Amino acid sequence: MSNDKALPVELSEIERNRRAFRKSRKQRSTLVALVSTLGFAVIAWLSLVNSPGWDRVQQSFFDWNTFTTALPLVLDGLLLNLRVLFFSAIGVLIFGLLLALLRTLRSPIFTPIRLLVRGYVDLFRGLPLIIVLYLVGFGIPGLRLEFLGRIPAEVLGTIALILTYSAYVAEVFRAGIEAVHPSQRLAARSLGLTYSQSMRLVVLPQALRKVAPPLMNDFVSLQKDVGLISVLGAVDAVRAAQIQVAHFANFTPYIVAGLLFVLLAIPTVRLADYFTTRLAKREQAGGVL
Amino acid sequence: MSLDLGPMILNVKNLKKEFEERSVLKGIDLEVYRGQIVALIGSSGSGKSTLLRCINLLEEISDGQIFLNDEDISDPRVNQDLIRRQIGLVFQAYNLFAHLSILENITLALKHVQGLDSETAKAKAFGLLERIGLADKADSYPDKLSGGQQQRTAIMRAVALEPKLLLLDEVTSALDPELVGEVLELIRDLKAGGTSILMATHELTFARDVADWVVFLDGGVIIEEGPAKEFFNNPQNPRTIEFLTRLRRRAGDA
Repeated sequence: MSNDKALPVELSEIERNRRAFRKSRKQRSTLVALVSTLGFAVIAWLSLVNSPGWDRVQQSFFDWNTFTTALPLVLDGLLLNLRVLFFSAIGVLIFGLLLALLRTLRSPIFTPIRLLVRGYVDLFRGLPLIIVLYLVGFGIPGLRLEFLGRIPAEVLGTIALILTYSAYVAEVFRAGIEAVHPSQRLAARSLGLTYSQSMRLVVLPQALRKVAPPLMNDFVSLQKDVGLISVLGAVDAVRAAQIQVAHFANFTPYIVAGLLFVLLAIPTVRLADYFTTRLAKREQAGGVL
Repeated sequence: MSLDLGPMILNVKNLKKEFEERSVLKGIDLEVYRGQIVALIGSSGSGKSTLLRCINLLEEISDGQIFLNDEDISDPRVNQDLIRRQIGLVFQAYNLFAHLSILENITLALKHVQGLDSETAKAKAFGLLERIGLADKADSYPDKLSGGQQQRTAIMRAVALEPKLLLLDEVTSALDPELVGEVLELIRDLKAGGTSILMATHELTFARDVADWVVFLDGGVIIEEGPAKEFFNNPQNPRTIEFLTRLRRRAGDA
């Protein structure tokens, strides 16, 4: 029918009143939120600047001159972090998915592989990242494999990050694969698709959608952990800040590096929120609840 | 309507519902009296389910009013949770909680909404399961039960709270034909016990035998309504006649 379109002019008196009431409710909520946020900010600020050591803290952590001098150098270092982030994220996705798939193989022939993967995941989820960094960063060069040449610290750091994060991400993927309802698998197999076909065409597409939010969470976590490669001597944002701190005898460069990492994380966090809400809208019909 | 009507439980006045630009309900007027069964019939997409969801305040309506026992429940000032406690809703796909046994499915709201202590809630739920012959399955999980058993449990989950009005949304549509009977039998029981019911259904025979009033919905408007016998024996509107013929022919095929 063509005259299905909603015409707001036809609203009854009662409905207009209801809408007006809801609108005023909404405006009141916004106002309350605004006032409470402002009040909270003011209290927090006042208690900070009135603390007895604030002057000294301000000098050694929030010095404007040091801030402006350190910013370009720390930014330079951040570019290295971004490169490491890019390669380790790709590596983690591929390796993590591979581990997850190996772990879901059912056939008894694959028992040793399944056990191996399980051992790997247990090991690297248990090991602190910093120890993995030391082991890879100083252990691999220590093997003196001449044909590899001198491996740069950032490459070793990337390897360590991939090793650790793949173990986490593999578990996220596995949870996603197992969360796909068995009936989906049955339906796929009933059509004659093989195990790997049903995995690739039916299960994984649904699993990936389910795990997108937790994956984004791991990505945010990875984003700051790339700063740890500085312990291997790579001049990244954290290392650059450290050098400036030593130079100025002032902690402001750490604030600079911290701010840059936060700025880096915000778009990812927002993107993750957006994904989650879109997913919820698409797959669930929930009405007003 | 027949003569001796009890008090009016539900009164829907000129209800309209729009989704974005699409108008799903275009001014529905409907009354349910105490102890009555009112059957909503109509093809898929005619707005039956939307109407039920609006009445249970699961959808915000676009215009009109809904009264439950003379209280305007479409007023935004009412506490919607308190209203929903007085209206039961049973879904086509049962929607039992998969992580709870069927006994726990029933006791959940008894404990957390009505505030009964664990023992009393259990005893009450057990009594209800006994009534539908599922006492021996009390500790089973929904997945282990047949569709008919699940749907009867779902109805008891709603009935346990002693709602003033029970809404049934095509509760037999997902069931095997051989399981439909046991669910309809339960609804007949509830009516005998005095429960007021508004049900969307495709079970024409059941509607004719058990419902007091039948409403035919098409394209978001009420095309025709009347007392069940009259409605089925002597439909007036050509669209009603067409719908009934179509559905009966399909039933004949099966």
